[in-house]
Amino acid sequence: MTRLTINGIDEEIAATTVAQLLAARGIDPTVRFLAVAINGAVVRRAIWDETALHPGDTVEIVRPLQGG
Amino acid sequence: MSKDDPFIIAGTTMASRLFVGSARYPNQQVMLDAMAASNPCMVTMSIRRISLEGYAESLVDLLGDRYPILPNTAGCVTARDAVLTAELAREALNTNWIKLELIGDRELLYPDVEQLVHAADELVRKGFVVLPYCNDDPVSCRKLADVGCSAVMPLGSLIGSGRGVANPGAIELICARSPVPVVLDAGIGTASDAALAIELGCDAVMVDTAIAKSHDPVRMAGAMRAAVEAGRLARLAGRIPKRNMAEPSSPQLGLVGT
Repeated sequence: MTRLTINGIDEEIAATTVAQLLAARGIDPTVRFLAVAINGAVVRRAIWDETALHPGDTVEIVRPLQGG
Repeated sequence: MSKDDPFIIAGTTMASRLFVGSARYPNQQVMLDAMAASNPCMVTMSIRRISLEGYAESLVDLLGDRYPILPNTAGCVTARDAVLTAELAREALNTNWIKLELIGDRELLYPDVEQLVHAADELVRKGFVVLPYCNDDPVSCRKLADVGCSAVMPLGSLIGSGRGVANPGAIELICARSPVPVVLDAGIGTASDAALAIELGCDAVMVDTAIAKSHDPVRMAGAMRAAVEAGRLARLAGRIPKRNMAEPSSPQLGLVGT
């Protein structure tokens, strides 16, 4: 289990890569318009499979929503 | 839009002089119909954390293939958060355009100029086409242009207030002095506000609430489109000077009687 802050919420999750985290969340990693950042830096989609998560990491998972 | 009167930002010829938002509509179909009626050059969207309960279909799946999307950094209060939001937007939407918003007061939604210039500078250096929502003062606008913003988006009045162009004199000055396109953002309440902004010299206007929260959004969207076109025609035609006294339109010679 890895202790992470995901979208502002602290939790432990069985995932060691970005791709695993998305899968654990039921998020299809092939959907368009998704973006991920770890510790304030964007992780490009092309390297989600290989990007490791470390205990204490802060993860942001975002999509575009309505806005003005 | 007329080919001999193009509206260009950062080398891109825009399809119209109207930016529209995608928020606050009564439902999705009304939003899509209103957008079709408004003929927007870009549609703005926010960047938000997804629900951790899982992925759900999003508005962007509908809009992303129909219109150029202009992501915003709405709600950000620090340059750092705004820069990260812009970078996430670039990754999510595959665009380097960003409507940069940095809020200095949560009730007024007024821009924080100090943070705004700082973030704009950083984003321009990172290769973004930056369109900042900013104060209606010529100095702020000039500073933003100086750091490389591709346009400036001064507020007409408070976001969502519908109070129109609160300071037409300032907007006119900004337009006369700005080296980059001016897009009036925020405060438009009805079609005449949009027409006035364009007549004052703005290159375009940005409208969200005035369309989405009107009684008939699709009709108001059409009104905004027409207002922007009318305003531009009037701007190009050149309005008459304002006078204090009357000036008769009809000939003064040959009056009947007397």
